[in-house]
Amino acid sequence: MSGVRAAMNYSGLALLREALRGHSGWGPAWRDAAPRTEYDALIVGGGGHGLATAYYLAKEHGLTNVAVLERTHIGSGNAGRNTTLIRSNYLLPGNERFFEKSMQLWEGLEQDLNYNAMVSQRGVLNLYSDDGQRDACVRRGNTMRLHGVDAELLDLAQVKAMYPYFDYRNERFPIRGGLLQRRGGTARHDAVVWGFARAADRRGVDIVQNCEVTGFRIEGGEVRGVETTRGPIFARKVGLCCAGSSSRVGELAGLRLPIESHVLQAFVTEAVKPMFDGVVTFSGGTFYISQSDKGGLVFGGILDGYNSYAQRGNLRVVEDVMEAGMAMMPLLGRLRVLRQWGGVMDMTMDGSPIIDLTPIRGLYLNAGWCTTGFKAIPASGWCFAHTMARDEPHFINSAYRLDRFAVGAVLDESGHGAHPNRH
Amino acid sequence: MRLPCPHCGSRPADEFTCYGAADPVRPAAGAPAQVWHDYVHIRPNPYGLHNELWQHVHGCRRWLVMTRDTRTHAVLGARDGGSRGGGAA
Ligand SMILES: Cc1cc2nc3c(=O)[nH]c(=O)nc-3n(C[C@H](O)[C@H](O)[C@H](O)COP(=O)(O)OP(=O)(O)OC[C@H]3O[C@@H](n4cnc5c(N)ncnc54)[C@H](O)[C@@H]3O)c2cc1C
Ligand SMILES: [Zn+2]
Repeated sequence: MSGVRAAMNYSGLALLREALRGHSGWGPAWRDAAPRTEYDALIVGGGGHGLATAYYLAKEHGLTNVAVLERTHIGSGNAGRNTTLIRSNYLLPGNERFFEKSMQLWEGLEQDLNYNAMVSQRGVLNLYSDDGQRDACVRRGNTMRLHGVDAELLDLAQVKAMYPYFDYRNERFPIRGGLLQRRGGTARHDAVVWGFARAADRRGVDIVQNCEVTGFRIEGGEVRGVETTRGPIFARKVGLCCAGSSSRVGELAGLRLPIESHVLQAFVTEAVKPMFDGVVTFSGGTFYISQSDKGGLVFGGILDGYNSYAQRGNLRVVEDVMEAGMAMMPLLGRLRVLRQWGGVMDMTMDGSPIIDLTPIRGLYLNAGWCTTGFKAIPASGWCFAHTMARDEPHFINSAYRLDRFAVGAVLDESGHGAHPNRH
Repeated sequence: MRLPCPHCGSRPADEFTCYGAADPVRPAAGAPAQVWHDYVHIRPNPYGLHNELWQHVHGCRRWLVMTRDTRTHAVLGARDGGSRGGGAA
């Protein structure tokens, strides 16, 4: 393909060479491409899922005449707003096989992309406070092990040894033990976006920014291309990866989706020396925390609970999250919160995602990532690329069909029913 | 955030809980599966004005219909849910 410049390979040797010449030779990591009028495949949305899909289309299926169309700049949505937890500790088989595929891809991702995504398998610990929560942890842990995934049930003494500074005298939510997945952890959100963008670009994919899709060209039930703020672009395959905007973009193609948009908030404190070396969730998952490599404690809780497209939340949830955090770890009260923000989540009616074909031929849907789509990025891209290239889902995403709601095959991990604000 | 209650006036949002869209009308018990599927799973998700059911749980406990802008969170109006008719949401 014309105009493709192979970006420099990142290596210890390259670093040394650049250090000696004042870092003058790095060059941009990917091309900010201008859109051409026709491609074999288009991806709408330049978040983690869109970029990963483009990468795996090129790598696994040889489809390189591909463009990713992003409304603003890549990573400006939830990919750049999340708290970066990765884990594969799900209960339902349809979810567990998918998230474990993602974990396995994370484990080899940096070599594969030639990019430091700062994947850190520091362990994810879900604390339990009562018999019911313990039973749920045992059941989930056993299911994980049946899928060949690591899970360990910790008693109180083991938790205390890992985190001596939790409040073990809390009467209301006493810490009794936890379920630990040691292979879980965190990754660097921006680096994941940039790493996939660069790796896709190196295989010939065009990354087109400031290009909003405003309509679809559909003839006789088949997609022919899209209308954009940078003109029409033609393609026989179009994949939607629009996360919180899925309903709006779907509507442009006449799709009505089982999705509501809700706001999720997150918080980060001032940087302190390394003190918290894992990821911990508390009080049935309404609070979770980790420490970033810069030193800030990064934490969050649950959805605000009402439909929202505003990328910000309200003080009520701020207070709830702080209270839960203080109940688990009182030392948090000595730290200042530096930043707080929100992202728009694509919440489905069962809390699980959709990776599937649509009733419009050539139009594919990747959506419904709820609050847990960061960890899914590698497997989502891998599965969606397969689904787009082969016109059928892979076994790994075969539970993520769009029609599962109509036929009663829902994947309701938390058992809350068709209430997106509860998942 | 404060929310307006037609009975109690402007109150802190903590006193309320949100149920979701108020416009979908519950089908008859014997309606076809597709109609029930639409009602249960294909909810409105507008970018803009949204009619939704909130309960003033820590106040008068009435169900309310609020009209809220999902882009800004501004509440444009609230009325008692009893005026809505059409059975449970
Ligand atoms: C506060 C917070 C904390 C989170 N924490 C975690 C976590 O710890 N672990 C985890 O696994 N997940 C987490 N998530 C969820 C995760 O971030 C998302 O599920 C995931 O990032 C969504 O996929 P994406 O990266 O592709 O989305 P996005 O980055 O939102 O990408 C969608 C893109 O589509 C673009 N777009 C929309 N409409 C159009 C259009 N018409 N034309 C062109 N482009 C368009 C948008 O501009 C956007 O860039 C969290 C989310 C938030 C908000
Ligand atoms: Zn009231």
